[in-house]
Amino acid sequence: MYKNILILALLVGLGILLSTAITDREENTSLPELPAYYADNTAKEVGAANMVTAVIVTYRGFDTLGEVTILFVSAALIAMFLKTGNRRKNRNPRPSSVILSTAQKLLFPLIILFGAYVFANGHLTPGGGFQGGAIIATAFLLWLMANPEGEMRHGILSSLEAFSGTFYVIIGVVGVILGVGFLNNSILPLGELGRLFSAGAIPVIYSLIGLKVGAELSNILHHLNEVQNEE
Amino acid sequence: MDVNIILALFLAVIMIVVAVAALMAKRVRTAVLAAGLVSLVASIMFLLLAAPDVAMTEAAIGSGLTTIIFFYVLNKIRRSDV
Repeated sequence: MYKNILILALLVGLGILLSTAITDREENTSLPELPAYYADNTAKEVGAANMVTAVIVTYRGFDTLGEVTILFVSAALIAMFLKTGNRRKNRNPRPSSVILSTAQKLLFPLIILFGAYVFANGHLTPGGGFQGGAIIATAFLLWLMANPEGEMRHGILSSLEAFSGTFYVIIGVVGVILGVGFLNNSILPLGELGRLFSAGAIPVIYSLIGLKVGAELSNILHHLNEVQNEE
Repeated sequence: MDVNIILALFLAVIMIVVAVAALMAKRVRTAVLAAGLVSLVASIMFLLLAAPDVAMTEAAIGSGLTTIIFFYVLNKIRRSDV
């Protein structure tokens, strides 16, 4: 009873605090300083039609490198804790349904294609490396659900991940060598705004991030799938 | 009223109801599915709020991968009440 009154009082207090945010709110007629800078200068400085991508890959490129590193560390830790070896002899999973396995055969290439489209067009349309990578991982998830016994060639996934991670950093260092700054996209010509081959190194960087994220998430799912039904 | 605002209110009510259902659910399985549904509705909400980038991430990771990872882990710990 006493506890409930306290919870109610807390909720009412929180409601009053938040209600001031609605009542005192006035519509912004102009952009604040920083967004206004991005809106005015993205097209001529970075050459990307999608401003979000310009911020993520170029203006805040170093942060993105950190995010990719965080994902790499978590994938590595999961692989370490779920190390299986060759103990998967007596697995006996239920066979997947006909509907699932047929749909998987049809959808798998389409989902992979869509993921590749999302990261290759990251500088033009919404989405990018992280989104495209996650979409590719859902394709592998569908495959794992349809073939629970399936053996994924995770050697290829691991080397793809290592290759794209290394190449991402190399692109950053090339920017330093050319004197334009770490992870600057103008190491390649900026091109015409809105074309597929434009925005300098952004499509290359986002494709590498997409491959890396997709390979990492698929590897995590593969490890989790391997330790199922195992004592 | 704007159609977008009506749709957003409708989605917000669904989200709150499903989120409370996730908290109240007796079985963990139901709770995980409800949490995935919250993410799915949230991704439509992000789309309405003009954030398609976030909507894509939320739909793929929040409702797709996280739900399945929860199920993998639940199957691994194999409790009787899941």
